[in-house]
Amino acid sequence: MAKIIVVTSGKGGVGKTTSSAAIGTGLAQRGHATVIVDFDVGLRNLDLIMGCERRVVYDFVNVINGEATLNQALIKDKRTEQLYILPASQTRDKDALTEEGVAAVLEELKGRFDYIVCDSPAGIEKGAQMALYFADEAIVVTNPEVSSVRDSDRILGILQSKSLRAKEGEEPVREHLLLTRYSPARVAAGEMLSVADVEDILAIPLLGVIPESQDVLKASNQGEPVILNDEAQAGQAYSDAVDRLLGENRPHRFLEEQRQGFFQRLLGGGRG
Amino acid sequence: MSFFDYFRNKRGANSAATARERLQVIVAHERGQRNQPDYLPRMQQEILEVIRKYIPVEQDDVQVQVDESNSCSVLELNVTLPG
Ligand SMILES: Nc1ncnc2c1ncn2[C@@H]1O[C@H](COP(=O)(O)OP(=O)(O)O)[C@@H](O)[C@H]1O
Ligand SMILES: [Mg+2]
Repeated sequence: MAKIIVVTSGKGGVGKTTSSAAIGTGLAQRGHATVIVDFDVGLRNLDLIMGCERRVVYDFVNVINGEATLNQALIKDKRTEQLYILPASQTRDKDALTEEGVAAVLEELKGRFDYIVCDSPAGIEKGAQMALYFADEAIVVTNPEVSSVRDSDRILGILQSKSLRAKEGEEPVREHLLLTRYSPARVAAGEMLSVADVEDILAIPLLGVIPESQDVLKASNQGEPVILNDEAQAGQAYSDAVDRLLGENRPHRFLEEQRQGFFQRLLGGGRG
Repeated sequence: MSFFDYFRNKRGANSAATARERLQVIVAHERGQRNQPDYLPRMQQEILEVIRKYIPVEQDDVQVQVDESNSCSVLELNVTLPG
């Protein structure tokens, strides 16, 4: 049975697209047919992060409007088997994604894929609500920072009241907390909310903690999801998160400050 | 705590603890509001106007909320009187 997973947050710029790309790639690496769908109408970016921006011909809205078939719009990833991307439309019409249209496309995708990863736009309005409406599971991407945590709680409220599962009175959407841009040194210095703080406030199960890392910027510069970089801590942390999503037990890593030498500290300590 | 952490803590003055406390309060408050019926803000406004005919109260002196238990709902009205 195909599973629909929404990657959502409320707040913008917290790492939804980065996480969608990494987790979608990780699922495909583990042998599951996966499609990552960009729901960010007008702000298509998943294509850049996945490095397939020059291969976009048709998009999600073209398929809904019958201007292209799903086969024509799906982009096959060049690096990872069993991985496809469905790009967002660049239209300015925010109402281009209709509920019936999205339902029909997701239904067709369910016939072909094991996992459908939906990269949500920011906000808690219509666009974000459409991305989460059909979800079976939700990955709530949160930064250890007040406005992000508050927005995550708001999006949890929407998942619990406005999703199809909530409306139909079915089993609720399964919620996962993904804490990103985590900086153990700043937590140790009392400058940043800790994993425990955020877990305590949001009270949903922790899927993973992704450290703040230069490797993420490098990966997006190159158009390669950071999970493909198995030397990078952020890549390893995403791999662990994918394993946990699939039900494996993995201890959380990179939660503690790495000790640095005296001179590194004096020089401002380049931390990756 | 290391020697260096000591100085960093002084500067940071543990703002994370402040963040945690503020979040706990606001998130609990917003969760309470979330399950309230849609008519509540308007009703609260009308109740406020009626009270104001007799007593000078501010907007946030009047709190209205609905508490639902298994079998019944209770409309709770809290008015803080001046003086
Ligand atoms: N773990 C991380 N470390 C450092 N930078 C990150 C990390 N995760 C995301 N970023 C950066 O944050 C910015 C926003 O990320 P993005 O995935 O586009 O967020 P969203 O889709 O939620 O708007 C990007 O510049 C990205 O490179
Ligand atoms: Mg995005």
